[in-house]
Amino acid sequence: MSNVRVLVGTRKGAFILTSDGKRQKWDVSGPHFAGWELYHLKGSPVDPNRLYASQTSGWFGQIIQRSDDGGKTWFQPGTAAGEPTTTPEGMPKGESNKFVYDTSPDTGKPLTTHQWYDGTPKPWAFKRVWHLEPSLDDPDTVYAGVEDAALFKTTNGGQTWQELAGLRGHGTGSQWQPGAGGMCLHTIILDPKNRERIIVAISAAGAFRSDDSGATWKPINKGLHSQYIPDPTAEVGHCVHHVAMHPSNPNLLFMQKHWDVLRSDDAGDSWQEVSGNLPTDFGFVIDVHAHEPETIYVVPIKSDSEHYPLDGKLRVYRSRTGGNEWEALTKGLPQENCYVNVLRDAMAVDSLDSCGVYFGTTGGQVYASPDGGDTWTPIVRDLPPVLSVEVQAFS
Amino acid sequence: MPAHLRTLAGVKGDVTVEFDGEVTRRSILDALEKQYPMLRGTIREHVSGERRPFLRFFACNEDVTHESPDAPLPQEIASGAEPFYIIGAIAGG
Repeated sequence: MSNVRVLVGTRKGAFILTSDGKRQKWDVSGPHFAGWELYHLKGSPVDPNRLYASQTSGWFGQIIQRSDDGGKTWFQPGTAAGEPTTTPEGMPKGESNKFVYDTSPDTGKPLTTHQWYDGTPKPWAFKRVWHLEPSLDDPDTVYAGVEDAALFKTTNGGQTWQELAGLRGHGTGSQWQPGAGGMCLHTIILDPKNRERIIVAISAAGAFRSDDSGATWKPINKGLHSQYIPDPTAEVGHCVHHVAMHPSNPNLLFMQKHWDVLRSDDAGDSWQEVSGNLPTDFGFVIDVHAHEPETIYVVPIKSDSEHYPLDGKLRVYRSRTGGNEWEALTKGLPQENCYVNVLRDAMAVDSLDSCGVYFGTTGGQVYASPDGGDTWTPIVRDLPPVLSVEVQAFS
Repeated sequence: MPAHLRTLAGVKGDVTVEFDGEVTRRSILDALEKQYPMLRGTIREHVSGERRPFLRFFACNEDVTHESPDAPLPQEIASGAEPFYIIGAIAGG
C-alpha cells in the first residue's frame, strides 16, 4: 500500500496533505507556523520523515524549522532553549537561523554589490530562504537558496549554515539584478549520477552550474534570449523562473524563463526554445513526469504584466515530446473566471506507478492529478496563497 | 513581545529576565536572547545588531525606539515594576 504526503507552503503557514496511493481522499493538517510565510518545505530523500521548512517574516526575519517525524512536531535545530549560547571555551555557538555571507579571502571573494533595479550598485543583504534542497545521500546535509541570491549549505541538520561563496564570487555577481520578486536563488538541482554537480537558477541572473560540489561555478545561459535586457543574449541577466531535471537523464534540463520554455540536452551548456504551440510561453512552474523524461508540464500565464491564465481558463500544458508539441489539460480545472497564478516552486510530481502531478495557486487551491495530468481535482480550495508544493510518496 | 515571538519562544504573557549591570535596551535584549536563543536574529539583525524595521520599543509609556541602545532605562524597568515593551508595527495583512 502506498501513501502520499504533500507539503504546502503558503503566505500564512504550512499545510500537510496526506492520502493513500489512490490519491482521492485527503487529510489536511495545519496551519503549521500560523501567520508566517512558509516559502518552502522539503523532505530528505534518504529519510522521508526528516523535513525542513523555511519560515520567514518581514517583521522577524528567517527561521529554519525541522521535523524528524514527518511533520507531526517541529523544532529549530539550533541552540535549544535553556542551553548556553556559548561553548565552554566561550565561543559563540552557530545558530540555525543565521545566514551570513562569506566575504573571507580564503573561501570566497569579498563581494560588495549587485545591481539594483535601476542598474545602480546595491550591497548584498540577506532577506529569506526561498528553497531548501536536502542532499541525496545525507539527511543532515541541506542546500538553501536565499535572497539576496546566494547558496548556503548545512551538514549538521540545519544547526549552522555556511555559504558556498564560489557562486556569488565567480565573477558575474556584480551584474546580477533582482526580478520582481527579489533577487532570489530559487532552484537547486542535485545530479543523482554525478554527485559533484549542482545546478542553480537565480532571478534575474540566470542558471549556473558547479561540477566540483559547489566550489567553482559558471553561467550556463547560452541559447537564452531575453528581449527585456540590454544585450538579449548576455552571459547573465536572464530572469529564469524555474528549472527541472529528470533523475534518469540528468543532462536533460527544462527551463521556464520569464518568457520562453527551453530545453538543454547537455546539462545547461546550451539551450533551445521549445515553446512550440503554447498559447503563451510566459509562466513560472515547470516539472517533469516521474517516469517519462520527455514528458513535461507547464502552466502558461498570460503575460509579465498580467499574472493569471489566458482567458480566465486554468490549463496545464503537457508535452510528451520534450517540448514544442503541447496539449492542454483541462479536466477538473476551472475553465472560466479563473485569475490565479502558479508560482515557481508550486508544482511537484510523485513517483507512484501512475505519476501524480500537483500544483498550488495564489488563490489557495491545491490541485492533484493521479493520472499524469489527464484529470484534476482540488485537494483543498481555500488555503492562503500557495508559495510552494512538494510531494513525497511511500510504499 | 509580539505574539509570533512568544510562540517561537514557547512562552505566554510577559517574560522576565534577570541580569547584573546597567539596564539598557541592549542589555535587556542580550539577556532575552541568552534565555531564549530562538529569538536571536528576530528582534535584531544577526550581523549588524540593528533593530528590525517593523519593531519598536517602549518604556514607561515613552517611545525609546530611536534612543541609543546603551541609554539607561528608567528605574521602574530595572526593578520590574514596569514592563519593557517590544511592539510589532501594525502593518501588512
